[in-house]
Amino acid sequence: MLERSVATPLPPASGGTPMLETDDVARFFDVSRPLIQRVIAREGKRMLRAVDGVSFAIPKGTTLSLVGESGCGKSTVARLVVGLYGPTRGKVFFDGQDLAVARSDASQRRRMQMIFQDPYASLNPRWRVRDIIAEPIRAFGLAQGTVEIDARVAELLTQVGLSPLDGQKYPHEFSGGQRQRISIARALSSNPEFLVCDEPTSALDVSVQAQILNLMKDLQSRLGLTYLFISHNLAVVRQVSDRVGVMYLGRLVELAPAETLFTTPRHPYTRALMEAIPDLDMTGRQRIPVGGEVPSPINPPSGCPFHPRCPLANDRCRAQRPELVAARGTPETQVACHAVEEGRDDPRPAPAEAQRAA
Amino acid sequence: MSNTRPLLEVRNLRVEFPTRRGTLVALDDVSFDIHPGEVLGVVGESGAGKSMTGAAIIGLLEPPGRIAAGSISLAGRRIDNLPYKEMRTVRGREIGAIFQDPLTTLNPLYTVGRQLVETMTTHLPLNPAQARKKAIEWLELVGIPAAAQRIDSYPHEFSGGMRQRVVIALALCAEPKLIVADEPTTALDVSIQAQVIALLKTLAREKGTSMMLVTHDMGVIAETADRVAVMYAGRIAEIGAVRQVVKHPAHPYTIGLMGSIPPISHRMDRLLQIEGAMPRLSAIPKGCAYNPRCPRVFDRCRGERPELLDAGDTRAACWLYDRADKDAAHAVAESGYGEVRHA
Repeated sequence: MLERSVATPLPPASGGTPMLETDDVARFFDVSRPLIQRVIAREGKRMLRAVDGVSFAIPKGTTLSLVGESGCGKSTVARLVVGLYGPTRGKVFFDGQDLAVARSDASQRRRMQMIFQDPYASLNPRWRVRDIIAEPIRAFGLAQGTVEIDARVAELLTQVGLSPLDGQKYPHEFSGGQRQRISIARALSSNPEFLVCDEPTSALDVSVQAQILNLMKDLQSRLGLTYLFISHNLAVVRQVSDRVGVMYLGRLVELAPAETLFTTPRHPYTRALMEAIPDLDMTGRQRIPVGGEVPSPINPPSGCPFHPRCPLANDRCRAQRPELVAARGTPETQVACHAVEEGRDDPRPAPAEAQRAA
Repeated sequence: MSNTRPLLEVRNLRVEFPTRRGTLVALDDVSFDIHPGEVLGVVGESGAGKSMTGAAIIGLLEPPGRIAAGSISLAGRRIDNLPYKEMRTVRGREIGAIFQDPLTTLNPLYTVGRQLVETMTTHLPLNPAQARKKAIEWLELVGIPAAAQRIDSYPHEFSGGMRQRVVIALALCAEPKLIVADEPTTALDVSIQAQVIALLKTLAREKGTSMMLVTHDMGVIAETADRVAVMYAGRIAEIGAVRQVVKHPAHPYTIGLMGSIPPISHRMDRLLQIEGAMPRLSAIPKGCAYNPRCPRVFDRCRGERPELLDAGDTRAACWLYDRADKDAAHAVAESGYGEVRHA
């Protein structure tokens, strides 16, 4: 097994080695001005801490979702776990193996694929759909000869709800939802076990979003896929996830089983997020919007990054950064909050839940 | 609300785009009213014509798009056929506009103060000093901290949420009677979205401004609007009080649309999904445009186009609600329609 450099306990993964595990992973980006300007202005280097110490594990066959607002680092995590970015600190393990090692081996690389947000930008407009889907099959040598490859492409197209004849067409002949189906077919063509989905339905209309979410669920149960699902939409996340991580300014502030998170959110930020969502059941409801805005990740606040917007913040929150630990009261939840740890929070269910129960 | 004269009357509006391959009809026979102080939500999926309706009202249809038939009246005065210059005074003075992207709405080269002052001196009998004082008040009203200092900042010095607040101030500062807000919160994060919606709602109520709120987000509509119009393929599919449309939709498309929205309150095994996709403007089906996707389709839907009919508490463009039609009555009785399996 792997050794941990950080004391933060991870939940025991049921069913052996997790599909994916990150250990205190961080990614910084250098956003300094050019050297000469820096020297003239006597500034130091400026680092944007996109992801700053994130640890989680995804058991095989389950879905972990990461939610958060723009700039919280969720997409950077997606890129880190498939190796599109190297971590500045910490490690990523794919099926127990260091990702850096796994990525150098085609037979391991084949097992992970990614689905992107924008189905207009992620398909080559000059290729026929057939060739887009066949490329990974050829690259990994998963089928030999035109007949065999064509048969596999037809099978994949059928699997995602398109017609095998659609392979002859070009991406521009399809609607957004159909293009996302093509992206999924391409991702599935290398027989992966782990899919990273970065906002796969954000660019789609709601009725089409329902089609794609249902498709992704079907595929998961049929093929036993493991998903890392990135989204800013909490309602979507509730529909697809087994576990949910809430990110704020490059860190996980809460990590919990999906049902627990939605029925008893603990972190003040999670509660604020849920409170902020307009819901159909809430016609005429008065909401209490969370004040303030997300601070800059170049200059994050001291202590707990949420303290400037938090109704429960005190001196300790301003000075000391909370670690992600089991929450008092709901131990299956991990939460990074001094108020929860000290019992200063309000352990009632979320306001929306309370209203629903009433 | 029906005893007052509507502020905005849209009648049989038709918008066409002439193209080399024939004329595309983007809006066809769209009629609705907005009463003083009322918020009308307009929802639909991309390409349904909701933004087009907003653009037609404020007189900013992208050429070659043009109003081919019908009329738009504001407080009893036709505004769809005004010359460009006259429409410019209407826009700003009588109709304020808020668009999705605050960065493209604001002029990046002018301070926000200058933009506010210019708008007010153009439309209101104020001198620049008075207008500047008023501008600071507006910025405070929309929740910009230290407004007296921030008034001389440029748009890029504000964050996205703050910029949208400036845009709201800009749209409201000439005290228009109607605001057309096209996806005003779509570009914002949820926590900021909530702030902006709360602000729009309060200001509209305080100033008695009517609003047409165009968005694809039913949640935003459910919270903000009094009535809602659901659009599909360039036409209104259903219109009614927001509670009724959300809880007891009548049109099969609205039912599908509401059912496909993932609820935050509980987990569903499968979301209700509408098969297929909205037709392109060049290939709108004969009869009811929704008929190829409709689970309740019957013969009449394929040949005859339905007008808005009384469907209990809402009005729906669907033959199921034609009381004179025996087939339709039968179809309704069979399915026990009108409930969304949501809660």
